Amino acid sequence: MSEPPENASQQDAAAKAPWPSLRQALSGLSWPPMLLPRLTCNLLRAPLTESGPPVPEVTVAALAERLEAASRARLGRSLAIRHVGSGSCNGCELEINALSGVVYDLERLGLRFVASPRHADVLLVTGPACRNMTEAVQRAWQCAPEPKWVVAVGDCAVDGGVFRDSYAVEGGVGQVLPVDLVIPGCPPMPGLMLEGLLALVEAQREDAEPQPGPLRNEPEF
Amino acid sequence: MSRPATELIRRGVARAGIRHELDADGWLALRDALAEEPELDFLGLWAEEGAVHAAFHGPDGVLLATLPVTGGAFPALSPARPAAAWFERAVADLWGRRAEGGTDGRPWLDHGRWAVTAPLSSRPAPNTSEPPQPVFLPATGPGVHQVPVGPIHAGVIEPGHFRFHVQGETVVRLEARLGYAHKGTLGLMRGKSPRAAARFAARISGDSTVAHSWAFAAAAEAALGVKPPPRALLLRGLMAELERIANHLNDWGALCGDAAFAWPQARCGVLREGLLRAQEAAFGHRLMMDRVVPGGVSIDIARSGPDRLRAALAGIGDGLPALRRITEEQASLQDRLSGTGVLRPELAARFAAGGFVGRASGRDFDARRNGAYPPYDSLAFEVPVLQAGDVEARLAIRVAELEQSLALAETLMARLEPGETLVAPPPEAMRAGEGVALVEGFRGDVLCWMALDEAGLIRACFSRDPSWLHWPLLEAAVEGNILADFPLCNKSFNASYSGVDL
Repeated sequence: MSEPPENASQQDAAAKAPWPSLRQALSGLSWPPMLLPRLTCNLLRAPLTESGPPVPEVTVAALAERLEAASRARLGRSLAIRHVGSGSCNGCELEINALSGVVYDLERLGLRFVASPRHADVLLVTGPACRNMTEAVQRAWQCAPEPKWVVAVGDCAVDGGVFRDSYAVEGGVGQVLPVDLVIPGCPPMPGLMLEGLLALVEAQREDAEPQPGPLRNEPEF
Repeated sequence: MSRPATELIRRGVARAGIRHELDADGWLALRDALAEEPELDFLGLWAEEGAVHAAFHGPDGVLLATLPVTGGAFPALSPARPAAAWFERAVADLWGRRAEGGTDGRPWLDHGRWAVTAPLSSRPAPNTSEPPQPVFLPATGPGVHQVPVGPIHAGVIEPGHFRFHVQGETVVRLEARLGYAHKGTLGLMRGKSPRAAARFAARISGDSTVAHSWAFAAAAEAALGVKPPPRALLLRGLMAELERIANHLNDWGALCGDAAFAWPQARCGVLREGLLRAQEAAFGHRLMMDRVVPGGVSIDIARSGPDRLRAALAGIGDGLPALRRITEEQASLQDRLSGTGVLRPELAARFAAGGFVGRASGRDFDARRNGAYPPYDSLAFEVPVLQAGDVEARLAIRVAELEQSLALAETLMARLEPGETLVAPPPEAMRAGEGVALVEGFRGDVLCWMALDEAGLIRACFSRDPSWLHWPLLEAAVEGNILADFPLCNKSFNASYSGVDL
């Protein structure tokens, strides 16, 4: 899976970021304090954060179908994400963490990581369904209030990946949880993950303007 | 200097050219000899059908001892080498061989949730019992209570359970209960060719994919008697240094983030992302997974690769002084890092802690220098060592290593000459053998041992992440700290969960 061409050009731009040359140019001048060049740099340089990826309409349509209008109204244009490691090699975690950084900055898109499944709309599950994690993963899912999504991130979560034949693995995350969206890759590139999560946000928005919904029910737990 | 344990092992019967086999009496004598030779570093212990192997690092490098085991038990080494306890528990869980007289007999990797017990033994038995409740080591005293954390944590990290015994805010005892990410990797490797099994080695710990792949490949090459081409060795070195830079940046940022100081985390994230993209341009994968394979490297560096990497590394070099100054000068940050999570040098030496954990606590060991494997045998670099052993020292070691790695990466790229990057395996008749390798990853030395059968397929393999020795040390370093400093301590060790869960 490759990122869209638009992103590729941005990547190049990021690789040769404008600020060192600008700084060098400014530092050549004989102004006394350091403040002015740095301030000018900060004011003039492009932001480090890139624009969000385009979202494939087919995915959005498929996801919207799975979500009732009521749920859409309730969730609005934001998603609280709870990461659940089901036994990955930690490669997926590295790329998920990159999403929180300045370059991808997922919070500006209405996405944020929360510390508990009780606050989550989305469970982002990485790794194969390790048998030692089955109970914990299912309990996390039970804790998350309705409506909720499960996103399987990475080849292992999709179908067990290279570990699918092991005695210690059930297979993909779909073996232990109802999966709504899969994001393949080993690990998936951050741009691809962002694309998938934005598709969820879009799916909620379709046809329904967000309305303040009733308070969520407490999970029966 | 007398070296009773080293000499005892060397007197054992030579096996496969790299191991020394002891009988039951010899193994028992080894336990006593180890107590008399504390400077013989214990690296790991594992099993295969009919035998238990122990690895040490002696005056001439890796030293392997073997004990043939026919019954259900073997004499434990943990009374003489406390680091052996985790390994002995794993041997009991995976191979069904109990360590007699061991310091800890509780299960670890086996949570009672597999369909079988002793899955790597010749005859795994069906598991008919319910998963047992875990038993934790006790702590008693006025007001002591327990805080259970995990296996699912509040941050984006791997699964593991931490059981704290606390008195007020102070941690009296921490115990890490891991094994949640056990994927049966060692079992999956068996019966496959090294080339086919390399993808499992690359996924033992994703952040150390290059280091694990390299150790695995080097063990396979030693077993097969092949030498990778010079260009492949340079590219491996380059990838390993890039991996070190990316991970050290990550840890640097995350440590500051855990102390609620966001700026370094943001900056480190930007620099790291630039490097990962350059790595993708150069090697076709952001983490360089599956690039190091037995026989060489699977992909040559892209034509534009060196320029992209140089640009990213130059950006990091430019960013370092400000990052370093701000990290070192912020009193509020120093207040959190300094004096927190102290690992005493005696403990680091006793557990042969590798990487920044060992080097921040006075253990002057780096497999790149001590093992001097190519291409590092012809490279000049410094191995920073500090004595303080606290979170600040572990960060300072990372920062110093980062600077060394930037220079090393540059040198390695400059030395690249056109040439082959992969050699073919030898004819099938010559493929049987055994090999062992020790490679320095970003968090310490990665050990890999491999045995190939007559068809050149893996009979048994063991990859030991440095985290095996770091987890018990983290438990010790946290003692007496406040509970709220645990994330900092944990991040400063950054031990791998998947790397030990296998």
